[in-house]
Order: sequence, then C-alpha cells, then structure tokens
Amino acid sequence: MLEVRDLKKTFRSSGEVQQVLRGVSLSLERGATMALTGESGSGKSTLLHLVAGLDRPDSGTIVIGDTDVTAEDDRGRAALRRGKVGVVFQQFNLIPSLTVAANIAFQARLAGREDAPWSARLTDRLGLAEHARKYPEQLSGGQQQRVAIGRTLAAKPALVLADEPTGNLDEETGERVLDLMLDLVAETGAALLMVTHSSRLAQRMERQLHLERGAIRA
Amino acid sequence: MRRAALVALLSHWRRRPFQLLTLLLGLATATALWSGVQAINAEARASYDRAAGALGATPRPSLARADGTPMDEALFAALRRAGWLVTPLVEGRVETAGGSLRILGVDPFTLPGGDLPEGAAGDALDPAFLGLPGRLIVSPETAARIGGPELPPLIEVEGVAPGIAYADIPAAQALLGLDGQLSRFVLLDGQPGNRPPLDEVAPGLSLQQPQTGADMARLTDSFHLNLTAFGLLSFAVGLFIVRGTIGLAFEQRRPMFRTLRALGLPAATLLWLLLAELLVFALIAGAAGIALGYLVASALIPDVAATLRGLYGASVEGTLSIRPVWWLTGLGIAVLGTALAALSSLWQVARLPLLAPAQPRAWARASEAGLVWQGLAALGLAALSGLTIWLGSGLIAAFVMLGALLIAAALALPLVLYGALWIGARLAKRPLAQWFWADTRQQLPGLSLALMALLLALAANIGVGTMVSSFRLPFTGWLDQRLASELYVTADNPEQAERLTGWLAPRVQAILPIMNTDARIAGLPGEIYGVADDPTYRDNWPLIDRLPDVWDRVAAGDGVLINEQLARRTDTWSGGTIALPGWPGAPVVGVYSDYGNPLGQVLMGLDALRDRFPEVEALRFGLRLPRGEVAGLTRALTQDFGLSAENIVDQAALKAFSIQVFERTFTVSRALNVLTLAVAGFAILTSLLTLSAMRLPQLAPVWALGVTRRGLARLELVRALVLAGLTMLCALPVGLLLAWVLLAVINVAAFGWKLPLFLFPSDWVVLGALSLAAAGLAALWPALSIARIPPARLLQVFAHER
Ligand SMILES: Nc1ncnc2c1ncn2[C@@H]1O[C@H](COP(=O)(O)OP(=O)(O)OP(=O)(O)O)[C@@H](O)[C@H]1O
Ligand SMILES: [Mg+2]
Repeated sequence: MLEVRDLKKTFRSSGEVQQVLRGVSLSLERGATMALTGESGSGKSTLLHLVAGLDRPDSGTIVIGDTDVTAEDDRGRAALRRGKVGVVFQQFNLIPSLTVAANIAFQARLAGREDAPWSARLTDRLGLAEHARKYPEQLSGGQQQRVAIGRTLAAKPALVLADEPTGNLDEETGERVLDLMLDLVAETGAALLMVTHSSRLAQRMERQLHLERGAIRA
Repeated sequence: MRRAALVALLSHWRRRPFQLLTLLLGLATATALWSGVQAINAEARASYDRAAGALGATPRPSLARADGTPMDEALFAALRRAGWLVTPLVEGRVETAGGSLRILGVDPFTLPGGDLPEGAAGDALDPAFLGLPGRLIVSPETAARIGGPELPPLIEVEGVAPGIAYADIPAAQALLGLDGQLSRFVLLDGQPGNRPPLDEVAPGLSLQQPQTGADMARLTDSFHLNLTAFGLLSFAVGLFIVRGTIGLAFEQRRPMFRTLRALGLPAATLLWLLLAELLVFALIAGAAGIALGYLVASALIPDVAATLRGLYGASVEGTLSIRPVWWLTGLGIAVLGTALAALSSLWQVARLPLLAPAQPRAWARASEAGLVWQGLAALGLAALSGLTIWLGSGLIAAFVMLGALLIAAALALPLVLYGALWIGARLAKRPLAQWFWADTRQQLPGLSLALMALLLALAANIGVGTMVSSFRLPFTGWLDQRLASELYVTADNPEQAERLTGWLAPRVQAILPIMNTDARIAGLPGEIYGVADDPTYRDNWPLIDRLPDVWDRVAAGDGVLINEQLARRTDTWSGGTIALPGWPGAPVVGVYSDYGNPLGQVLMGLDALRDRFPEVEALRFGLRLPRGEVAGLTRALTQDFGLSAENIVDQAALKAFSIQVFERTFTVSRALNVLTLAVAGFAILTSLLTLSAMRLPQLAPVWALGVTRRGLARLELVRALVLAGLTMLCALPVGLLLAWVLLAVINVAAFGWKLPLFLFPSDWVVLGALSLAAAGLAALWPALSIARIPPARLLQVFAHER
C-alpha cells in the first residue's frame, strides 16, 4: 500500500540549512496500522506531509498503491489527496463557514463520491448527530477533532495519515477518539499512519516506528 | 469537485453578508460614478454631432454680410438669375416658455433633401409645412421642452438636433420678425464655372467658410476631458473600497484556501473558481452601478448642459437616452476594475504555500515588507510626474502628471503613517498608550486602503476647492474692471442711436460707444470690439501684458489688444502681430484676461474699427454716471425716452448673471467631489467594520488584563480620529499641488487662461473637521459593538486557537 524509500529533506531558512529527514524508509500494507513517534522537531510532520504530497522531498521515492507520488505534478498530487489518501491534521483545519454536516461530507463531495448514508452513519458514530447543524466555532476542541476525522473517513481513503489527531485533547477524550478511529479504519479497510507523542497510544497500533533526528531507530 | 469547492468558497459570504454588500456597493459606486460621467460625455457628443449636421453632413460655405446683418430677399433672385447655385437661409433665436430655440428657415425646393435630417425631408414638402403659419420640425425632446401659443404647430422627427427647429422661409421670417429678409445663402455643389463675380451680383456679400462640428468639439473637448478625469478619480476611490474588501475577504479565507488545497483541490481550479466568483460579483455590481450611474447622470446633466451653453454656446439636450454601448462599457469597466482590485490577492493565492502555518501576524508582516516596494513605487511615480510637467505639455501630459502624483501620494501614505505611529510609540510612556500605538500600527495594513481613498478624496477636495475659490477672487475683480460702466444701453437702429446719444449727453458723465463684429481670427470664430478712448478703459481694463504706451497706441489706431486665450493659442504677446480680416499685420500692444469666453477677442480703437468695418453700426453704449443715479436714469430712459426695458442692462444684473454662469460651471466638479468624499467615508466604515470582526484576538488579552470594554471602545474611536487627522495633514500639500496643476497647467490648456493661486486656510479647517467627523462617525458603530460585546465572546478567544 505505502512504500517509502530513502527519503531526504532539508529546509533552508534565513541562510541556515537544516537536514530534517536523512534517509527514511518504511512500508505499510493494506489495512495495517502504524504509529510514528519521536520528540518534537524530529521530523514527523515533515514526513507525513511528504507522504501526503503536500511538499516535495529532496530525494527518495514514495509509492502509494501503484502511484509514484514523487513523480506527480501538483495536479496529480492534488488528485491523490482527493482519491486514495486522507489527512487528519494537527490543527483541525475545518471550514468555518460550513456546518458540521457539510464539513464531514466535504471531502467526499470534493472527490465526487459522496455516500450520504455512510456520512450520516459516521456523524452518528462520532457522536456529532446533535451538532450536525452547528458551525465549527460552536464546538469544543474534541468535537472539532472528531469532525476532522469524520471528514477524512467519509471519503473512504485507502490510506489515512493522521498528525497527532489527539494532541489537543485530554487523555481520556484522546483515547476515546482513537478507539473510534481505529474501529472506523478497520471498518473501511484503510491503512493508518499516525503520528503521536504518547507511547500509550502508540502501543495500540500494530507497529511502532521511532524517528530520531531525521532517521528511523528501530 | 468544483461544485463542492464553490459551495465552500461562497459559504464565506453567507456568513458575512455585510462584507459582500460592501464589495458590491463599492464596485457599484465606482461603476456608477464612472459610467455617469461617460453618459454625460456621450450625450453631449451626440448633441454636437447632430448640431454640426443641422444643415447636412457636409457643411457648406455660404454667402453673407460680414457683420451678419440680414439682407433683402430680392438678392436671392438676383443670385439665381446670375447662375449662382444657392439656397436661402433665415436664422435666429426665439425665446419660448421652455427656453430658447434656434430657428432655421429653409427653402425645401432648393435645399438638397440630404441636407435635412433623415426623416424630415418628406415632412418639409408637406403642404402644411409651406407658407403661413407653417410648421416647425423639431426633435421629440425639444418638442417636450418648448411650447407657447406664439409658435406654429410642431412636427416631431427623431434625429433632429436638440434646440433646433426647421421652418419654411416665410414662417421663420414671421417668427424672427425678419419680414422679407434673409440671413445667408448656402452655396450648393456643382457651381457653373462662368458665373459673374460676387461683387457684381451682390456687393457687400462675402464668402464664409462653414463653422464645422470640429470647432465645437475642439472647444468643448477640454471640458469633457476634465469631466473624464473626475470620473476616473471617483472610480479609483471606489476601487479602493473594492480592493480593501477583496483583500480582507481573501485574507479571512486564506486558511480555507489552504484546507481546500490540502484536501485535494488543484491550485489552478481554486484560482479559476475565485475568478468566476469575482466575475459574477463584477457583473451584478456593474449592472447596479450602471443603473445608479444613469441616476447620477440625469441629476447632473441639466447643470452640464447649462455650463456648456454658458461657456461654449453649445446646445445639449438636458435629458439622457440609454445607449447599448454605454451598458457594455459600463460592465467592461466594472469587470476591469474588479480584476485590477483583485490582482494582488489572486497572485497571493496562486503562490500560497500549502504548509505555512496560519499566523495572524503573517499578513501584517508581509505588508510591512511590501511597504518598501510601495515606497519605491511612490518615489518612481513622483519622479515621473515631475518629469512630465517639466518635459511634457498639453492637457494629456497634465493629466498623466496628475494621475502619477495622486497615486504616488496614495502609495506613500502608509509609509508616512508608519513613521508617525512609530514616533508616537517612542514618545508614549504609559503601557496602555504604548499598546495603543503598536496596535494602531498593526491595524494599518487593513486600514491603509481606506485611508488612501480618504487621502485622494481630501486632496481632490482641497485642489478643486482652491481652484474654484482662486478662480472666484480674480473673476469677480475682473468683472468689476471689465464692467466699469454703470449702465449698458442698446438702440434698435442707427436713428434711435443718434437720438439716444443726444438725449443722454447732458444726463451722464460719459457715453462710451461699443461696436463689435464677428470675425474669424486665427482660424476660429472670434469677435472684434471697438472702444472709445476713455479713462474707464485706461484705468480699469485687466491687462496682463502691455507695451508702455498701450492706450495711446490703441486710441491712435496703431495697435490692438487681444484676450489671453487668443494670445496663448497663437502664442502672440505684446510686440507681436496678429492677422485680422482687413488688417493682416495688426500690431499687438497688450493682452488682457477674459475669463469665461471661449472665443478669441480683439479690441481696437473706435476709429480703427470704423475704418476697417464700415458696415458696423454703433448701437451699444456704456454709460458712466454716479451709482446712485442709475435707478433714476433707467426709469427716465423707459418712461421719458421710450427705450424698451430689455435694451437696458444694469451693471449689477450683468455681474450677477456672469457669476451665475461661472458658478454653474463648477457645480458638476463640486458634486463629484462631494460624492467622492462620501465614498471615502464609506470605505473607512466598511474597513473598520470588517476589521472589528478580526480584532477580538487582539482585544481579548488587553481586556483580560483589566481594560474595560468601554475603554477599548474609546481607544478605537481615538484611533480612527488620529488616523484621519494624520491623513488630512498629508492631504494638504497634495491638494495644494493639485490646485497648482489645475490652475497653472490644466486651465491654460483647457480654457486658455491662467489664474493666480490663492490660499484659503479656513476652508481646510472646515474640511479637516468634516473628515474627522466622517472618521468618527465611521468608527462609532464598530466602537459601540466593542463596548457591548458579551464577555463570553471575548473568552472564546482563549478557548480555541484561531
Ligand atoms: N517550512 C519549514 N521551514 C524551515 N524549517 C522547517 C519547516 N518545517 C519544519 N521545519 C523544521 O523541521 C524540523 C522538523 O519539523 P517537524 O514539524 O517535522 O517536527 P515534528 O516532529 O512534527 O515536531 P512536533 O512534534 O513538534 O510536531 C523542525 O526543526 C522545524 O524547525
Ligand atoms: Mg508535528
């Protein structure tokens, strides 16, 4: 499902060159779950963004299904994000002027494969049914994060990338949200790559990968 | 994909209807002011074209007496018998209840059918048209305007020039009181080669070249260019609103754009969707703007028509007709304006980095970096404007210079404000004051466009206000000089004139004959005046350039005076010569100012005029007498001498009339000025309102640290006043520079006279107070909403990050 080979990435900001990823490789099968841990600034978000095609690596390859992400242009990578890959961001990135229900259905609509019963069921499962007509600003942080998860899953991606989806939540709520996500991922048969700080949450995944100064430490 | 993305993009406006309204209103106002001015120009041009074509598309030369007085009908038969192919014409004006009407008496049998307006040729051969009482052929608009029992029945024909009525010769003669007389003979095509010379057949007649429409266009072009410049200025000020709203709307949607891109919307698609959105807005607002522009134009056109009549003698119908071209250009300009206003925002979206974190300060910082560029652009434009005024000449160069100057000033404004706020922050001691200055500086990017609009509006107001006031001062002084005689009387005929002078001699201090004739001077219609040698002229005449013994030479017939516009047009000053009919190398001994006159004018001694134009009769006289005796003499003239009242003009009445014509000239400029200022005030209001929605994250911490909501609201008001005050200070030098260009460059190019610049500081105080009031009013609503904001909303800021 996902094959990452020898990925390298450097950032240049105000004359300073910083090598953030120094040759990262990993692979993930269909339906598998993997946790990505590492201390702050170790390059977890950067890796996730590269996989999602939001940024380009300096070298290395990323293959999702049979698509070589690194070979695609902007349009192709955008199509990939509408199709196979779904991203849950560290910030929720909801559309403030759309209702909860519209936000959840949004990515599926954008991808042109809206499945209204599935969206409704997701909304229900995420415990958002009573908030469906509210706007994001009227929700709590945990509720907003659940909307973001719902939005990603409503489009039924084959690969779900999540960047600390529970980072803004208290431990108990975080755990409940994660349970829900794992359930739903299993239900759709998607693969899940999740960045987290918490080793307790990482243990809930099938595999764990630790990133240290831009390289994988087994 | 597109549908879903579009729904998301548009949902922004549903949540912020006021922002949408601002955008549409700004665009509509901009379009309205622009297309209103265009409508006025188009209407006037159409009128000129029709007037120029009043007698045929190809103007023909004609035969007439040099002084324009009518001649006997018998001449027509004589000319035809001698083989001259001519058609007779009787011309004149009649006053009706609905204004004046130009009568053109024509002979339908000898006038080629093509010389009448299309559709009128058939009517002109109708038996009812011929003979007495006959009929008048007029346009429907004219028919609606004029009326009165003394007129023959009207025939309405589309396409007849406004203010003109065609009649058969006898009907025209009856109307004009010219029984048995004709005004001129129009020469037709295909004259036989062997006809006898004119002197033999009709001595006293001379060949006159036609007055073409181009003459009128040349005279009025400058006026229309002036209007266009104002329209453009108002349009620019309106665009500042549009630019401001689009900028804010894009800024507020930036996180959404990023999310859309992250969720898989290609950058190109996003751009196209935004373009389509803007296009729809532009079309809606454009249509509304054109309708609004129509209202503006119909409100202004009577004044414009009056101005054109008063200044140039051009006849323009005081009503508007809707033209398709106008609709199209209006929509075009709305779309173009939107594109212009949205350019930088769209550019930013196109280059939007997908991953940059959403930072509330990022925009402000980017703007700060842009300030340097803005400053450089301002410098470049200022240099360009300086260069244009130094190297260029003419009206176009002057307007290029003005445009560059205004844009440079607008671009430099934020820089100057930054500097002022920085100084304020340095001087502030108390923490709240420090926060105030820093926060104001952070607000500046969001407000600077509205403030630029205010700057332009204020500068235009100062500039035009100074011009009008500068104009009025010398104009009234000039009137006093020019109209030195206390009373002006006109005799009906030479015999009456002689009786009149005899009767007047013991009753007044001096009788000054005024003789004049029309003539073509330097290729354009002009007038020649003969004046007596009298202290009235020697002491009062407003000479701006003279030889030492100017009046002696004029009295001796050794030289002439010319008016300023003729001097500038031909670049002839005292010491030069000018070619006059019958006096090819007339020495110019002086130049005088002659405001408000579109024509070139020449002044010579009475004897010189009598020698060269023997047919001109002295019928008009200026009378000098003590002011207090004017009323008594007027009464005696009508009751004892029997002169009709309309032949007596009091100096005071003449002055009042001249000043009224003058005032109307600037009504349109002033109206556009006020509209522009109103638009700028609106721009401030909308910017403040839009900003206030984004202000909570900045206000909440200060509130939490112990400043009351009322205190914050008060600071918001103070901020608006400080910024408006600073802007007014910046507008002052810009406005004065503008006034100088208007007076010394544009007026000379447009009207042919230069005016001294006078300063009116009390006007500035009023304008400053007005702009402060406008800013205060604009800030009132946002400030009130801050004072009343529920604490829960402020607390929300801490509950979520943005
Ligand atoms: N756009 C950028 N420009 C320059 N440097 C960047 C950029 N994005 C990330 N970095 C740097 O790359 C390094 C890795 O950042 P990244 O966001 O991947 O870390 P992370 O592991 O996700 O950290 P955290 O757990 O805090 O989210 C950091 O040192 C960061 O400063
Ligand atoms: Mg991270």
